[in-house]
Amino acid sequence: MKNIKFIYSKTMLLTGLLFVITMSCEREISDQSEFATLSKTGEIFTDSPIGLGSDFYFPYSGSKANAWSVDESEGYESYASMRFDVPNANDPEGSYAGGILRVDGSGRDLTEFDALTFWAKASQGVVIGEIGFGQDFGLNKYQVSEINISLGTNWQKYVIPIPDPSKLFDERGMFWYSAGTQNTGGNGYTFWIDELKFEKLGTIGQPRPAIVNGEDVVKNVFAGIDLELTDLTQTFNLGNGLNKTVSIAPSYFDFSSSAPHIAFVNEFGVINVSNGTAVITATLGGVEAEGSVTVNAVGEFELAPAPTRDPSDVISVFSDTYTNVPVDFFNGYWQPYQTTLGGEIIINGQNVLKYTDFNFVGTQLSNPIDISEMTHFSVDILMPVVLPTDIDMLIVLKAESSLQQQRIGGQTYQWSDQTGDINDTEANGTFEEGGVWKTFKIPIRPTSETGLDKTAVNIIIIERIKSSNVTDLHVDNMYFFKE
Amino acid sequence: MHKTTMLFATFAFVSMISFTSCDTDETQTVATFTNLVMADEFDVEGAPNSEFWNLDTGTGFDGWGNNELQYYTDRPENVTVQNGLLVISALEEDYNGSSFTSAKLITKGKFSQAFGRFEARIKVPGGSGLWPAFWLLGENDDIDGWPQCGEIDIMEYRRQEPTKVSGSIHGPGYSGETSPQGQVTKSYDLGSARYDDDFHVFGIEWGYQYINYYIDGVLYNQITPADIAVTPTDAVYTLNDGVEAVEATEDTPAVEAVEPTDVTGDWVFNKPFYIIINLAVGGNFPGNPDIGETFPQNMLVDYVRVYKQ
Repeated sequence: MKNIKFIYSKTMLLTGLLFVITMSCEREISDQSEFATLSKTGEIFTDSPIGLGSDFYFPYSGSKANAWSVDESEGYESYASMRFDVPNANDPEGSYAGGILRVDGSGRDLTEFDALTFWAKASQGVVIGEIGFGQDFGLNKYQVSEINISLGTNWQKYVIPIPDPSKLFDERGMFWYSAGTQNTGGNGYTFWIDELKFEKLGTIGQPRPAIVNGEDVVKNVFAGIDLELTDLTQTFNLGNGLNKTVSIAPSYFDFSSSAPHIAFVNEFGVINVSNGTAVITATLGGVEAEGSVTVNAVGEFELAPAPTRDPSDVISVFSDTYTNVPVDFFNGYWQPYQTTLGGEIIINGQNVLKYTDFNFVGTQLSNPIDISEMTHFSVDILMPVVLPTDIDMLIVLKAESSLQQQRIGGQTYQWSDQTGDINDTEANGTFEEGGVWKTFKIPIRPTSETGLDKTAVNIIIIERIKSSNVTDLHVDNMYFFKE
Repeated sequence: MHKTTMLFATFAFVSMISFTSCDTDETQTVATFTNLVMADEFDVEGAPNSEFWNLDTGTGFDGWGNNELQYYTDRPENVTVQNGLLVISALEEDYNGSSFTSAKLITKGKFSQAFGRFEARIKVPGGSGLWPAFWLLGENDDIDGWPQCGEIDIMEYRRQEPTKVSGSIHGPGYSGETSPQGQVTKSYDLGSARYDDDFHVFGIEWGYQYINYYIDGVLYNQITPADIAVTPTDAVYTLNDGVEAVEATEDTPAVEAVEPTDVTGDWVFNKPFYIIINLAVGGNFPGNPDIGETFPQNMLVDYVRVYKQ
């Protein structure tokens, strides 16, 4: 009897559901059956796009919009493939190729697959920046990327394993890529991808997930400031016996904290920190991830003191006190050397620049500014803790090919031209303690001494030098002033 | 409830039909020997049953002849029976000059047999640079040496080929150390699965002048004297002591005498062999483990069974 009742209620539910759908959607009924059950189709492109709908290719901003096309004269054991024309670096329509293939409509149920596979070749031997899946221009919750994929001139099969298929029960982000000309001297090329599909290979095993590159790291942070987990990977052994590591989104992991009331991690890998110490670890699909983060909150964050100079004496780059000149970015990524992560964040309603994994970071102004009348450059810097070895940093003011470099933070406070260091007796500039803002006032030297063209300054670089092991810092109130 | 039971019964019946029909096809060649003569089900916790097994310890000569890296011990850290399984654990540790330890079980002096069905259910470890094996050596290895004694490899695995396991024979003139003819070998590819994911049954059914190789009930190779081709010029082997003829008994067929002279290319598998189960680390076959490989790595054996015809 119980069974019958259950079936009856299920029928009612189904009827009700159909009714609701019919009422709310006035299109063909056939669409509705897809709504009720997500497609389990694995194919994305065989000889043509499969089940992607009509509006599925979305190029990245700044990329060449028409880089993707269907080539009906090339294919892997067929006559059609996806063609990607990577433009020359100086192409006015876009300096690289990149975009996503997203299902136009409901997501797919990919839980029965274990890899995204495809055949690919290129017009020349080339290393493609990134290829992956799980990017939907939404939360990108289950994004996977393989970096530096080497393509040859003959068709070859590629396998990108799914970190945990059970997560992909409703996925729209079928494929994404980003390819530039960093490795080809700025010269464009073409690559083709065919037989793009999710597959159940059965030959993928030995999962070895990792957070923070599998290392045990200690992060000294301020209470109340969120910390993001980085360098999340999953490594599998593939059917060819070789290991494959992919970069993956935080939501694949289950995070845990030794003291959740001190450090709590959400599904996006963001650690919310209160005062105290906690250890963050993770598992993926029941497998313990290598690596951990010991979060050590060193106290409350104090905002930098507001500058007091008359606005008419100031040209401000970054400050809540003054009107700032337009800026392109506060962390221009110069690959492959730059490691610095982070940028602008808001703490207690105030804009602050927060940098982690610091080696150097550049702020680029949208328009060059004339600082001829200015006498100093001022910047506030704060570190969570003062590290045991020298804190040696360089501040560079740059105008195209001319620059002034100024060393700060060491035991002596110096400025240099490009031939060597000269002691500067005006200065005081050591970091005595952590968690305290330090203001550096750097005199703007005559152009005859530094070579800096003061009429067109457009880049400010903060750089770690010598034996310095500064890794995390906050920056505020960057401005030029005249005395 | 009734409905469920019936459904289950139907399913079971259908499965039986398909299983039986499948079995029938293979009955001609696979697992026809059903007279169980030796079985270790690994049901008693602790050290392996000394009624069957000795533990070879040390590093042998030149890493057991293969540049293997492990030191075999008889410690419970390296070999133990628990939860109904024999567990052989390869560890990364400094031990008597070696950087890895593991274990090797042999039935030499305790159990050997000419012909029969030798079968084990094994889950191989998944790490790199490991060499789990289930194999047989001719009982006369101390007298005649290798390869004159003969070697029957029922299962050898390496992570370079995670979907494949190979079965081989080695003998005089086809030892694997001569060129161009090496051992006689064939691998079986699961195709869409890996061996390190699950247990598999590895076996041979071995009779006079033939050895049949099977995995999970699939016959994948038969080796007979016709498969042996040798390079006689650089591979002349002479027995130290010939193998004497043995009269047929109720249980065993006759063993033919082997002349104590040039045995190159001879079929040396019509005589008793003993069983070896081991987990080597490194060596010529798998290469060294990757830097940062996870240890311990465990080889699990559910049972070892030997049948006669």
